[in-house]
Amino acid sequence: MAQEAIHDAPARASLIYDPKVRGIVFQVVLVALLVMGVWWIVDNTIENLRRSNISTGFAFLRGRAGFDISDRLIEYSSDSSYGRALLVGVLNTAAVAAAGIVTATILGFLVGVGRLSNNWLIRKLATFYVELFRNIPPLLVILFWYQGVLALLPNVRDSLSLPLGSYLNNRGFYFPRFVWEPGAGLVLAGFIAGIVLSWYVARRAKARQMATGQQFPVLLTSLLLIIGLPLLAFLLAGLPVSIDYPQKGTFNLTGGTNVKPEFLSLYLALSFYTAAFIAEIVRAGIMGVPKGQTEAYSALGLRSNLGLRLVVIPQAMRIIIPPLTSQYLNLTKNSSLAVAIGYPDLYAIGGTVLNQTGQAIEVVVIFMVVYLGISIVTSLFMNWFNTKMALKER
Amino acid sequence: MDEHDMSWVRTEMALAETAPRSQVGAGAWLRKNLFATPVDAAFSLLALLALAWAVPQILNWLFFDAIWTGADRTACLTTEQGGQLPAGWSGACWPFVSGRFGQFMFGRYPLDERWRVILTGILFIALLAPLLIPRAPYKGLNAILFFGVFPFVAFFLLVGGGFGLRYVETPLWGGLMVTLVISYVGIIVSLPLGILLALGRRSKMPIVKLLSVIFIEAVRGVPLVTVLFMASFMLPLFVPPGMSFDKLLRALIGVALFASAYMAEVVRGGLQAIPKGQYEGADSLGLGYWQKMGFIIMPQALRLVIPGIVNTFIGMFKDTTLVLIISMFDLLGVVKQNISGDPTWATPQTAKTGYIFAAAIFWVFCFGMSRYSQYMERRLDTGHKR
Repeated sequence: MAQEAIHDAPARASLIYDPKVRGIVFQVVLVALLVMGVWWIVDNTIENLRRSNISTGFAFLRGRAGFDISDRLIEYSSDSSYGRALLVGVLNTAAVAAAGIVTATILGFLVGVGRLSNNWLIRKLATFYVELFRNIPPLLVILFWYQGVLALLPNVRDSLSLPLGSYLNNRGFYFPRFVWEPGAGLVLAGFIAGIVLSWYVARRAKARQMATGQQFPVLLTSLLLIIGLPLLAFLLAGLPVSIDYPQKGTFNLTGGTNVKPEFLSLYLALSFYTAAFIAEIVRAGIMGVPKGQTEAYSALGLRSNLGLRLVVIPQAMRIIIPPLTSQYLNLTKNSSLAVAIGYPDLYAIGGTVLNQTGQAIEVVVIFMVVYLGISIVTSLFMNWFNTKMALKER
Repeated sequence: MDEHDMSWVRTEMALAETAPRSQVGAGAWLRKNLFATPVDAAFSLLALLALAWAVPQILNWLFFDAIWTGADRTACLTTEQGGQLPAGWSGACWPFVSGRFGQFMFGRYPLDERWRVILTGILFIALLAPLLIPRAPYKGLNAILFFGVFPFVAFFLLVGGGFGLRYVETPLWGGLMVTLVISYVGIIVSLPLGILLALGRRSKMPIVKLLSVIFIEAVRGVPLVTVLFMASFMLPLFVPPGMSFDKLLRALIGVALFASAYMAEVVRGGLQAIPKGQYEGADSLGLGYWQKMGFIIMPQALRLVIPGIVNTFIGMFKDTTLVLIISMFDLLGVVKQNISGDPTWATPQTAKTGYIFAAAIFWVFCFGMSRYSQYMERRLDTGHKR
C-alpha cells in the first residue's frame, strides 16, 4: 500500500526541472533562433542580390559560356551553354577520380602488403613511402608534379620519344590511338560474351564443386574466354583497326591521344597520396585477422596461397572495406584541388561560371549536389559490397 | 651407504651454449631478413638496385650538386640558360629559400613589426610545450592560459591597433604564420564545437539531433574547397550590405566549421564506445545531463579517441594549404607565389627546391603530431581497449 502511495504521488518537482519540458522548451527556442537566423540571412541575401542586379534561378545555365575548355570528354565549344560546361567539369572530375581510385587501390594494396613483408628492405621501403606521403599536403604534391617535374619536360620540338611511338613533352603524354573501323562491334560483342560466359562457368563450377567436390579450372577457362573470344572476333572481322600514331611537327604533335600535364599531375598526386592511406588500411586489415586463423588453415592442410585466398583475405576485407570507402570519397573530394593547376574539373569550371555570371548561390548549390551525389553513390555501392562481404552469421 | 649413493643434484645452472653460427651475426641477419627464399632474394636485389640508382641522384640533387649561395637566379642557371653552371646541371637552388625565408615565414608582414610574430611564436611554444609534457605541473592553469588567454594576447600582438602597436591588416599576413594561425584557431574552435555536435547527434531531442545530422553530413559530403569557396563568396551575401568580413576571418570560419564536422564524428565514436553502465551509473548518482557528460562520459570518451582527434588535427593542418585557392598566402601559397610570380628567382630548379622545402616543413609538423599521438595513446592506455 505504502509503495503504491509513493508511486501514485504527483511529481512535486517544479516544472522547470522536468527534463521533458526542458527539452521541448530548448528545442522551441532553438528552432526560433534558427528561423530568425535563416530569415535574417535570406533577407540580407535578397537585398544584396537586388543591389548587384543578379537575378536568381537556374536560367543562366542555358546562356552561352564563351570560354574554352582544353580537357574534355564530350563535345564542347565556347558556343556551348553554361550547363554543358558544367557537365564537362563533372565528367572530368569523374574521370580523374576513377583513374585515381584504381591506381591508388593497386598501389595501396602493394605497399600495405609490403609493410608486412618478411623482407626487411621491402618493409622499410614501404614504411618510408607511407610516412612520406601521409604527412605532406596533397596540394603540395600536385604542385610539385605540375611545376616541379612536368613543367621541366622538353618542349614539343625536343619531345622525349618513348617506346610504342609515344612521346612525352611539357604539353603532356602522347600515345597511339586505336581507330576502330566498321566490324569492331563484333570484337566488343565477343568481349562481353566472354565475360558473361565466364561468369556462368564460374557459377556452374562452384555449384558442381559444392555438390560433387570435383574442381574445375575456372581461372584458366575465364581467361581463355575473355581473351580468346574478342581475339577470334577480331580475326573474323578482318582486323578492323588502324593505329593513329602521334606525328611530330615543329610546333605540335598531331594525331594519337594526348593526356595533358594537368591531368597527369593531379592523377599522380592523388594516387600517391591516397595509396599511403590505403596501405595503412590494408595493413590494419590483414593484421586484424587473428593468428589462429592462419594456424587453422595450416592445420587443415591448405597451402599458404590457397589459405590466404580462402581464409585470410575474405576476413581482412571485412575490416578493410568501410575505411576504404571513406578513402575513395576523400580522393573524389580532393580532386577539387585541380583548380590550383587549372585542370578543368567541376570546381574550376564552376568558378569560371561564377565569375562570369555572379550566380554564387546556384553554383555552390550545384557543387554541393554533385559532390554529395557522388558521395552517396559511392557509399551505396561500397555498402552493398560490404554487405556482400560481411560476416554471414548463421 | 653414502659412498654408493649415485644420485646427484646439480647445484649451479649449466652455461648456455652459444647460438649456432648460422643463427647469429650479420650473415644470419641477411639470410633471415633479405634472402630467406629465392623470391625474397629477387625482391631484395631489385630493391637494392633501385636504391643504388635513386639514392645517389637524390643526394646529389639535394646536397652535392646543389647551389648554396647566390644573389639571384643567375646563380642557378646553366650556360645554355644564361648562367655559369655547366650544361646539363641539375641541383637544388637553396639561395632561393634562404633569400625568401622571411617571406616564407611571415609573408608581407612589415619588417620592423616581425618581432611581434616571433614573440607570439615564443609564447605559443612556451605555453604548448609544458602542456604536452605529461610530467610538467599546473596543467589546469596552463590549459586556461593556452586556450583562454593566449588567443587574445596573440590577437592583439598580431593585429595590433592598440597599446601603441601599429595596425597590421591581414592581407599582409602570410607564410608559415598564417598556416599556424588557421590551424590553431581551427583546433580551438573545432574541438568544443565538435563535442557539442556529437552530443547533439546523440541527443534524445529530435530537432537537435536532426539539425546536427544535417550539418555534419552536409559538411562531410563536400570538399573543403567548396566550404572555403562558400565562406569566401557567400558569407558576404549573408550579411547586411556595407558590412564586410575580413578574408582571413572568412577562411577561419570555413576551416573551423569543416573541422568541427569531422571532429564531431570522431567524438561520437568515443561516446558510443562508453559502456551503457557508465551512463546509468551517472544517472543513478543523480547527476544532471551536463554533469554526467562533463565528469563521467567525456573524460573517458575523449581519452579513447585521442588518436582520432590528433588525426583530424593533422588533416586540418594539411588542409590549411587549400586557402591558396581563395588566394590567401599560407606557407604553400607564398612558396607558389614566389615560384610563379617572381622573375628574380625564375629558374628551372626553383619550383622543385621551393616545394621540397615546404614539404619538409609540413612533414616535420605532421610527423611530429602523429608520433606524439602514438606516445599519448600508449601512455593513456589504461587497459580498457577492446
